[in-house]
Amino acid sequence: MAIDYLPILILIIVAFLFAAFILGLTWVLGPKRPNKAKDEPIESGMIPFTSPRQRFSVQYYMVAMMFILFDVEVIFLYPWAVKMGQLKWFGIAEMAVFLLILVIGFFFVWKKGAFEWD
Amino acid sequence: MITTVIITLIKILVLLLILLTGFAYLTYMERKLLGRFHVRLGPNRAGPFGLLQPIADAVKAIFKEEVVPGHIKDKFIYLLAPVLTMITPLIAFAVIPIAPDITIGGYTLHFYIANVNIAILYIVAVTSFAAYGVILGGWSSYNNYGLLGALRTASQMISYELPMGILIVSIVLATNIGVGEGTMSLVDIIERPRPWWLWVWLFLAFIPFFITMLAENNRSPFDLPETENELIAGYQIEYGGMKFAMYMMGEYLSMIVSAAVMVTIFFGGWKGPLAVPGTWYGVLFGFGWFVIKVIAILFIYIWVRASVPRIRYDQLLAFNWKVLFPLSLVYMAITAVMVAVV
Repeated sequence: MAIDYLPILILIIVAFLFAAFILGLTWVLGPKRPNKAKDEPIESGMIPFTSPRQRFSVQYYMVAMMFILFDVEVIFLYPWAVKMGQLKWFGIAEMAVFLLILVIGFFFVWKKGAFEWD
Repeated sequence: MITTVIITLIKILVLLLILLTGFAYLTYMERKLLGRFHVRLGPNRAGPFGLLQPIADAVKAIFKEEVVPGHIKDKFIYLLAPVLTMITPLIAFAVIPIAPDITIGGYTLHFYIANVNIAILYIVAVTSFAAYGVILGGWSSYNNYGLLGALRTASQMISYELPMGILIVSIVLATNIGVGEGTMSLVDIIERPRPWWLWVWLFLAFIPFFITMLAENNRSPFDLPETENELIAGYQIEYGGMKFAMYMMGEYLSMIVSAAVMVTIFFGGWKGPLAVPGTWYGVLFGFGWFVIKVIAILFIYIWVRASVPRIRYDQLLAFNWKVLFPLSLVYMAITAVMVAVV
């Protein structure tokens, strides 16, 4: 029922207001003494000579892609898990076929070295 | 309708009060216990036994200058990131029942904010928003360390979400046993009957689940984002004052929420001797049992932090993908077979 979610909506609003309130409170109460050093990125006292907008290791993309693949799989498992009490062996057979395909893919990327970092 | 909204608002305020006090005294408990683990005293200056230390910390954070460094262009995202980190655990707590119901004058008072039928899926969905707080913070900081820390943390958090999700599916599977219909509502999970062998079997899942929770909350030994010696402070590097305190608050509140979730699904939530639904002392004892169980799990968090050294980043991801993920799949398969047999 959509009405069940009304308290959650109220909670989200209250939580946002609370966060804004404490940020605003410290904005009002804290001192304001700007100087040049506070405007620089922290890099242990040095002025950074590389931009943080560079290319980074492809491994992060690999992890993100693996995550999306297998997380979608997990989402499919939830409705199955709720109905498992009625599905019994039929449910197990169906899910075994589904998981087998994914597990083959999982071992393929494993052997391809997707989980090795250098 | 209007009464519902008013009662909900009161509940929310009480919940905020409990959670923020919990957060404040969790930092105190952590510092005190770490002190004891290191054979020193821990905070003991502010008030008796240092009990006023969290209040002193809060006052200090409030009176700090709000610095938004000039090199940051996306000021809105920069400010949004700690807010997101802080409020996600608050929102996730909505569906956790903290005491049995009680009926006063014909009105049944529930000790949770919402009972939605997908509660556990809701918690998984909401807590994964914490990854946005991390990655947006690190990205908008426009700092090399910040970016590296954010990438690492985001990879870590999304990787460990997989075994976590699969173990939660196993819990949902286990709710079928003896009833014939599964449930994802935390209120129902507590009330489902469990034979003794199921308690034991689910306790086996508690150990890998606890490990994934350590990684999800960026706690030691998986506190890779905060590797002080490599990344200074990772994604939090450009944050100071209250914004830093909000990141801290987010971390500790997620610890509390994770502990509450673990208590609810593995250890029966508010259940315990004398916690009888419908009586006033039942509510008190139920809440007491819940708090005691949560504190016990938080103690394990701190114990682990004091005992285990931080692991290397490649080991962290390899452990997740090569050990935890296959292990949780096997665990889920066995649980499914149990449901089909029983």
